[in-house]
Amino acid sequence: MAVKINPTRMELKRVRERLKTAVRGHKLLKDKSEEMIRQFTILIRKNKKLREEIESELSAALKSFMLAGSLTDSKTLEQAISLPAVKYEIIGGKKSIMNVMVPKIEVIKTGDENIFPYSFAGITGELNTSVQSITNLLPKLIELAEVEKSCNMLADEIQKNKRRVNALEYFMIPQMEETIKYIVMKLDENDRANLIRLMKVKELIEKRESRGRS
Amino acid sequence: MTKYDSIAVIGKSHDILGFKAAGLNVFAVSEGKEARSTLMRIADRGFAVIFITEDIADELKETLQRYKTKTYPAIIPIPTAKGSSGVGIKGIMQDADKVIGADILFRQ
Repeated sequence: MAVKINPTRMELKRVRERLKTAVRGHKLLKDKSEEMIRQFTILIRKNKKLREEIESELSAALKSFMLAGSLTDSKTLEQAISLPAVKYEIIGGKKSIMNVMVPKIEVIKTGDENIFPYSFAGITGELNTSVQSITNLLPKLIELAEVEKSCNMLADEIQKNKRRVNALEYFMIPQMEETIKYIVMKLDENDRANLIRLMKVKELIEKRESRGRS
Repeated sequence: MTKYDSIAVIGKSHDILGFKAAGLNVFAVSEGKEARSTLMRIADRGFAVIFITEDIADELKETLQRYKTKTYPAIIPIPTAKGSSGVGIKGIMQDADKVIGADILFRQ
């Protein structure tokens, strides 16, 4: 046993109390872990689906933008896109999943997407459509950001929680049980020693008394 | 408290032009070191989401790790016009692996 403790009744009571708390905590943490993993599996599936969708759609949109952009000279292009018609406002809130604070993002689009800030003389129609398709993808991108971040944070928290559960299950609780066993054994031993001592003393007294009488 | 109310995009200038047209804040960088300093500079400036192109994200793995446990900013790798290099999907796989210890998503 690693820790030196006094084999007293006081100590025994204290350790028993601690063990009770530890067992309770272990059960709670294990339940928490289970629920977090359940939530995580739902989220990560969603994350994967979203990412696969976005990756193909976004690279297609960017590709068409690049192709369309290559038809225009870079100065005109730069000018055309430097004043976007749409602006995004974001409200970054927080949501709690099993006490893990994950982001909750709301997007508010301001500006009119039907007003183009560039003249069509310099810009091709393809460019216009590709910008449009990137714009249309944005809400999905934000959703991906939200889900992916939640997954990241949950994964981290689950791992931390797992470590706590394991520390309790494989270290703290066995150690306390051993301590209790040690104290109980010591106390019993003392008890027996005491009993034997009493018996011996009684024997001695009886012997002396019988000798006196005879 | 910082208000998180905008979106940023970090990447090579030709990759992120499209996002500029869509009305996001773009930060053009040319290589990993520059991207790192840019990212660190803008990370606390109230961007709720920072999209970062996969080629740059791949170079900044350690830096990204630092922001993983914070609620904001959410730093998300995105593909470029060349298509996805798999960095984003790999991130998801790593998360799943961390939690469950097994591949639950891509098992056939």
